[in-house]
Amino acid sequence: MRMRSIAIGALSALLLVSTAACAEDGDDGTGSGTGEGGIKTGLKVAFLPKQVNNPYFNTADNKGGKEAVTEFKGVYSETGPSEASPSAQVSYINTLSQQGTDVIVVSANDKDAICGALKEARQAGAKIVTFDSDTTPGCRDIFVNQATAEGIAKNQIKLISEAVGPEGGEIAILSATANATNQNAWITLMKTELAKPENSKLKLVDTVYGDDDDQKSFQEAQGLLAKHPNLKGIISPTTVGVAAAARYLSGSSFKGKVQLTGLGTPNQMKAYVNDGTVKSFALWNPADLGYLAAWAGAALASGKITGKQGEKFTAGKLGEYTIGADGVVVLGDPYVFTKDNVANFDF
Amino acid sequence: MAERIRRAAGSWDFLVLVALVLVVVIGAVSIEGVASPRFWRFVILEAIPIAVIALPLTLLIITGEIDLSVASVLGLSCTVMGKLWASGVHSLPVLVLVCLALGVLCGAVNGLFVTRFGLPSLAVTIGTLALYRGLAYVTLGDKAIADYPTSWTDGAVAPIPGLTIPWMIIVVAVLAILFAVVLHATPVGRGLYAIGNNDEASRFAGVAVGKTKFWLFVATGAMSALAGIFWTLRFASARADNGNGLELAVIAAVLLGGVSIFGGRGGLLGVVGAVVLLGVLRNALQLADVPANALTIVTGSLLIASVVGPNAVAIARARLRRRRPTTSIPTTP
Repeated sequence: MRMRSIAIGALSALLLVSTAACAEDGDDGTGSGTGEGGIKTGLKVAFLPKQVNNPYFNTADNKGGKEAVTEFKGVYSETGPSEASPSAQVSYINTLSQQGTDVIVVSANDKDAICGALKEARQAGAKIVTFDSDTTPGCRDIFVNQATAEGIAKNQIKLISEAVGPEGGEIAILSATANATNQNAWITLMKTELAKPENSKLKLVDTVYGDDDDQKSFQEAQGLLAKHPNLKGIISPTTVGVAAAARYLSGSSFKGKVQLTGLGTPNQMKAYVNDGTVKSFALWNPADLGYLAAWAGAALASGKITGKQGEKFTAGKLGEYTIGADGVVVLGDPYVFTKDNVANFDF
Repeated sequence: MAERIRRAAGSWDFLVLVALVLVVVIGAVSIEGVASPRFWRFVILEAIPIAVIALPLTLLIITGEIDLSVASVLGLSCTVMGKLWASGVHSLPVLVLVCLALGVLCGAVNGLFVTRFGLPSLAVTIGTLALYRGLAYVTLGDKAIADYPTSWTDGAVAPIPGLTIPWMIIVVAVLAILFAVVLHATPVGRGLYAIGNNDEASRFAGVAVGKTKFWLFVATGAMSALAGIFWTLRFASARADNGNGLELAVIAAVLLGGVSIFGGRGGLLGVVGAVVLLGVLRNALQLADVPANALTIVTGSLLIASVVGPNAVAIARARLRRRRPTTSIPTTP
């Protein structure tokens, strides 16, 4: 009998916690109207990352997304599973559609597995924006793509060319795995870029694969320098590779003599930018990505766009965007991090 | 009769059902959406694979064994189904039969190691948990097979006409009744409790201990594979990581349902109640915007409570029973 009352007490306590959380959150009460630029006010916009507790998504959602939602006077929330699994994400999509969310901004853990749930959410009236990682096009209204393959290739060649200097020289690529689709697409486009007359002084002498493994990438970077004594620069378009290569260079006699650039995250690269190993590297700015996705969702939910190719919408401070084929919006050129701005980021 | 009702009211099964009703009532009053039919649709869709695996696992745990490989069997069944579909096997009955056979095989391997070689099921199934998941990755790698006909994928989650509740619940209900009859109304079922309480003694009493356990492992494997087929169609995606970690959700439900981890005690009513209770609690808290980190704390605490709770109840009841005769017998100085 005592056990029973304890059990019941515990369960009621659990629910009390939940009701308190509910009350705290409360109903938005803002009601909906139409604000600036024809965007409705009071829109409920929910961000659903691949998983919570991930610095990349914290920046995208809580910095960029939240800023945009505040600008168009909506109600912002971020929710999601603690592990990056599609089935857990489905459960959260179901919850959001029951809560009458107007816009769901989601980074998909599986391009098909969350489709059924998204379909039910759309039937319940939600607009779906995918960002960072897309679903099958039929399952969402708009995909906000961080960068195009062309944009990345062009940017990487420009950065290495600037770092190496006008006299040019031999360069090499440290990639992830030999059969990574995105890496190979970028490498092919980088070769196209190198064939252009303005890059004629740069000569690609080698491409090696670090398999996105820290140790292997470190050894491959070491191997490149042993094999090519005249090497002037390395491009590593993968976050694992560029960080490992930077660690090797910064502790070697090649520091400052052999240039390095690539796609990296500020937290991993800060130290190497500050000690002079790396002049600049690139990635997209996740805060801008979240910001743009929120505005795209607001434009959809306000009926200003439907996701068709050629439609235009304004995304606050980022300006005007045009929807491309398959409902894809491209954020823009990769964002370049240097000594001057790297301290402003935390992801 | 009155004694029976009193005993039932004090049982863990009853507590679980009371807790379920309480959670539903409090949830419906305080959290917007819990009372809606859509809420129940989502809760049930989530609960179906857990319930399907929990049914045979309850019987297995009552005999004092455990199977930790259930979620890996589910994952392997998903990938084999996906692989076959991708290579041109487009008949659902064939796919179901192959997956069931695979589940039987996986369960038989577990059963053989435990009953033939006398190895502890905990160790054996930790091994096969990794082994079967590994085979799933061998089958599909990091690919996902997702191009099933919509008639299958929509069919798997279709509601009962006129309602929002998925029709699959009927299948699960029939299975639950089947398992409940076996456990609670047949000599085989009584044998399971005997094995769980003392398998040495029940062997001498003529219960086929090894054979019974072996077939329970097989049944658990088969039902896990069945859950895998549902999983694949519900999410329209066969992936090697499908159902990763689901074994914990299933075992949590079985233990919260009042089944003793040491065997010999528990029943299916409590387990089914616990599956629904955990589903409702999770979804309701999610609706109330409780963050994922807090949710795992709730599930963890409930699991601890479920291990401690029934034992505490049993100890309390035993003490009560012991005290009663001593008070009725006058003590001599």
